[in-house]
Amino acid sequence: MARVVVRSGRARRGGRWALARRLAGKALVYLLLLGLSLFILMPIGWMLTAALKPDTAPIFTFPPEWFPTKHWRWQTFADALLDPAQPFIRYAANSMLLVALNVFGAVLSNSLVAYPFARLRFRDKEALFTVVIGTMLLPGPVLLIPQFLIFYRLGWYGTYLPMVVPSYTGAAFFIFLLRQYMRSIPIDLDEAARIDGASYWVTFWRIILPLTAPALTVVALYVFLGTWNDFFEALIYLDDQRKFTIALALATFIRRVGARWNEMMAANLVAILPALVLYFSAQNKLIGGIASVGIKG
Amino acid sequence: MHLFRTILYIPTVLSGVAVAILWLNLFNPDLGAINYFLFKLGVENPPYWLQSPRWAMPAMVIMGLWGMGGNAIIYLAGLQNIPPHLYEAASLDGAGTWQRFRYVTLPLLSPTMFFLVITGAIGAFQQFGVPFVLTGGSNLGGPANALLFYMVYLYHVGFVRGLMGYATALAWVLTLVGLATVYVLFRFESLLVFYEQR
Repeated sequence: MARVVVRSGRARRGGRWALARRLAGKALVYLLLLGLSLFILMPIGWMLTAALKPDTAPIFTFPPEWFPTKHWRWQTFADALLDPAQPFIRYAANSMLLVALNVFGAVLSNSLVAYPFARLRFRDKEALFTVVIGTMLLPGPVLLIPQFLIFYRLGWYGTYLPMVVPSYTGAAFFIFLLRQYMRSIPIDLDEAARIDGASYWVTFWRIILPLTAPALTVVALYVFLGTWNDFFEALIYLDDQRKFTIALALATFIRRVGARWNEMMAANLVAILPALVLYFSAQNKLIGGIASVGIKG
Repeated sequence: MHLFRTILYIPTVLSGVAVAILWLNLFNPDLGAINYFLFKLGVENPPYWLQSPRWAMPAMVIMGLWGMGGNAIIYLAGLQNIPPHLYEAASLDGAGTWQRFRYVTLPLLSPTMFFLVITGAIGAFQQFGVPFVLTGGSNLGGPANALLFYMVYLYHVGFVRGLMGYATALAWVLTLVGLATVYVLFRFESLLVFYEQR
């Protein structure tokens, strides 16, 4: 008893100290976070500053200019996008086309495969599912060259087909994700639909698919970012400059002698813009997206 | 706090090519922003970064740090998984801040760390786009091959020199080395990682 009294008395006397220490701790944490945020944001700000400069202003200045102050030449963006030698608007459109085709294909094919694994009963279902999951174990680099040779012999080299068709044949990771999610949907809904005379197809289309929307959004987001940011496939499959994606175009033209840095930086910003917009509009789904969707079921 | 989390995660969604091009400029030895800072801090001969055999790799590591947000989010999930009652119990037993961190946070976070080490190691073996852009692709591995990554070499053998069979063999060797590395890491798992169930 006495000890308790002593301790609480000490705590009261130390109250002001404790408060000061807690405030100092908080200040330190915020200071660190602020420094970290500047470390993240300043390079992006520098890129915008460089992009907004006219051709006459030096890109590299001492001290470096982190955020645009003097120059606001938005025309550079138009120049970079419409430059006849390297029209970035075309490359951005190419990338967007691939994104649209891949997102559509991935959502369609993966949900179609996941549904029977989640709901239907058929022979060797478990064995088949094991095979599907097993494909995740095959390392990407090993598949690279055989895949390239197959697509090459099919006459697909130089076309978008090698970069699009695989999306339409399903991917084990997404199938697994969607199956887990579909299994968390109450089976009563299926049964009610069946009693009302719905076929499997109708049950899938009208009941399961709409309820799987959160997981499908995660799939769509990952495919979007994966396709938009892809560099390797574009590099090995495309040879016609008019078909280049924006990542490939950037990597190619950055090496051109006399590349205009303000235009390159403008194009670079165009290349990160869709990812940024997507990120800010779907932040919660992306951060911990898999976690929030995957743990159900 | 939410704002900071948002900012920290931004680099993770950006394309490797675009990020590499950005840092190519920041690392410019004569005019880049990083060496400007070093000048200001009184460094007289700041490194030549991507043009120097010794500093090219550290430059890539610094660039990688810029994208740490992805891992930070996974740490966050791991931290949120630690039951608060353990901290309360530790406090009641008289543990201070450091002791709570050392004996509660660290052990319970070790599975997360282990996961990040494994995925980080696998990712490191497959580096391609960033070193490819940083070295300009043409001179294969950068200064004195300091940035000659395995996948860059494989690409060169298979798609530039056209030796498809040899490149496939290279891919298998990479896979085996990767598997061996992961195996060794898992051998150390019981030593380094704490699992509650035990």
